[in-house]
Amino acid sequence: MKKLTYLSAILLITCALTISPALAENIVIKGSTTVLPVAQKIAEAYMKDNPDVSISISGGGSGNGIKAIIDGATDIADSSRFIKDKEIKLAVEKGVYPVPFAVAYDCIVPVVHPGNPVQNLSASQLKDIYMGKIRNWKKVGGPDLEIVVVSRDTSSGTYEVWEEKVMKKERVFPGALLQASNGAVSQAVSKNKNAIGYVGIGYLNQALKPLTVNEISATVETALDGSFPISRALFMFTKGWPSGETSKFINYVIHPEKGQKLVKEVGFVPLY
Amino acid sequence: MNRLLKERLMRYIFFTVATASITILLLIVVFLFREGVPIFSKVSISDFIFGRYWYPTSDPPDFGIFALISASVLVTVVSAAMSVPLGVMTAVYLAEIASFRVREIVKPLVELLAALPSVVIGFFGMVVVAPFLQDVFGIATGLNLFNAALMLAFMAIPTICSISEDAIYSVPSSLKEASLALGATRLETIVRVVLPASASGVSTAIILGMSRAIGETMVVLMVAGGAAMVPESLFDPVRPLPASIAAEMAEAPFRGDHYYALFATGIVLFLFTFMFNLIADHIAHKYKQTGEASL
Repeated sequence: MKKLTYLSAILLITCALTISPALAENIVIKGSTTVLPVAQKIAEAYMKDNPDVSISISGGGSGNGIKAIIDGATDIADSSRFIKDKEIKLAVEKGVYPVPFAVAYDCIVPVVHPGNPVQNLSASQLKDIYMGKIRNWKKVGGPDLEIVVVSRDTSSGTYEVWEEKVMKKERVFPGALLQASNGAVSQAVSKNKNAIGYVGIGYLNQALKPLTVNEISATVETALDGSFPISRALFMFTKGWPSGETSKFINYVIHPEKGQKLVKEVGFVPLY
Repeated sequence: MNRLLKERLMRYIFFTVATASITILLLIVVFLFREGVPIFSKVSISDFIFGRYWYPTSDPPDFGIFALISASVLVTVVSAAMSVPLGVMTAVYLAEIASFRVREIVKPLVELLAALPSVVIGFFGMVVVAPFLQDVFGIATGLNLFNAALMLAFMAIPTICSISEDAIYSVPSSLKEASLALGATRLETIVRVVLPASASGVSTAIILGMSRAIGETMVVLMVAGGAAMVPESLFDPVRPLPASIAAEMAEAPFRGDHYYALFATGIVLFLFTFMFNLIADHIAHKYKQTGEASL
């Protein structure tokens, strides 16, 4: 008798397990690791509000995300860049129309030690510093001190923006210090009066002095109107115009009171 | 079940348990090579090892780890230059000179140094030692080769001290007594008799200490600075092999060239530590102290 009870219990559980995913809506998100924290944070909040929806998120890079949209392997592709011509052609060939939604702005600010008198650097000065051409603060109007260049690991999204917007295809010289996170850069720069680094706008704090670039200071406004040179939009692509649960999720992401609040919490610039 | 069968069964069980760790090691090595070797279809082995530039995400990428290898080797050598004298001399003091009470207090304390998590040592190096070095030596950055070597020395000292202390302590007292009876001073006895007699143990200790230093990741990631270039001075920032792997692995595209290159870097690192362990094992066997006979 006891055995029978066990057996029926197991049967019930198995049934429940097999049925429940069929009832729940499932959204798959794939792509850029830069957008990943945004997607993760918003998905958590969304799932809390809608317990019957399950969202699975993975990284893999913008290219892989867009490829997955084209192949139909995902509902939403995260991307830290706009879709390329080649990818659009491929998508159209397969009868897919990727639709972009800008979900946040990624704004990277050059920072120095608060004791450094330098206020502003032009984009080309920044580039020369990171290429190792300018090695002394004297050349950019600062004290006679060697410049210690702090950069990020080459696979981070922050580095990607820097490479794209500041370096313009040139390489950061090998003498640059490498730090593995925004926090580590902030730590290294705040402890060294010779140092220059760059962090996401959400990571600015009292111990860092943000520089203006081309006399434009990094603020939410300048990031959004595109006048600050080191910022870019982050996207979510859907397969065709979104419908059903995917459209609800996208609406949640760009909602000023819901998703966009969380965007700010993870250190990016919200759309509004 | 008869007794014989039981006996055989127990033997198999123990055999399986004993080989489990070896099997796991083998599996990891196989995996390491399987994930690392594909990069050599893109770059030749000599370009990989002697290439001066490490730009894994540029277009076109450069996969040269010479700067990383030289950083690892230099950091280990400099840290050994600090930790070996300190570790061995502490061991001599504890085994030969210190009173029983001092020994009982100091030895556990030295070993406690090994209990400090490496991230704590790294943080100490970053927040306390780096600004200090910068002020004292007037250098551009405190996150450099010297700082990393110093922190690694802290980590290697307990290993070196503890193992060599055991070796020195186990030198038969008849040897020391004979030396003293022949009129040698205490110092002469230590330098000419005790240390040579325990040479194999002390060398093993040193090599294990160095092998710990070369494989250590967190400390070098935090305090070595991370510049992928061959250092020109003791105070240049460097990027040892493990730091590069740790910083980049998380976001390298799965099974991409960068990913393969990082695993290949892991192979190089593995070969280094493997070599160190082989040498340690060889020395331990060859110069094994067997009573008084081998002197």
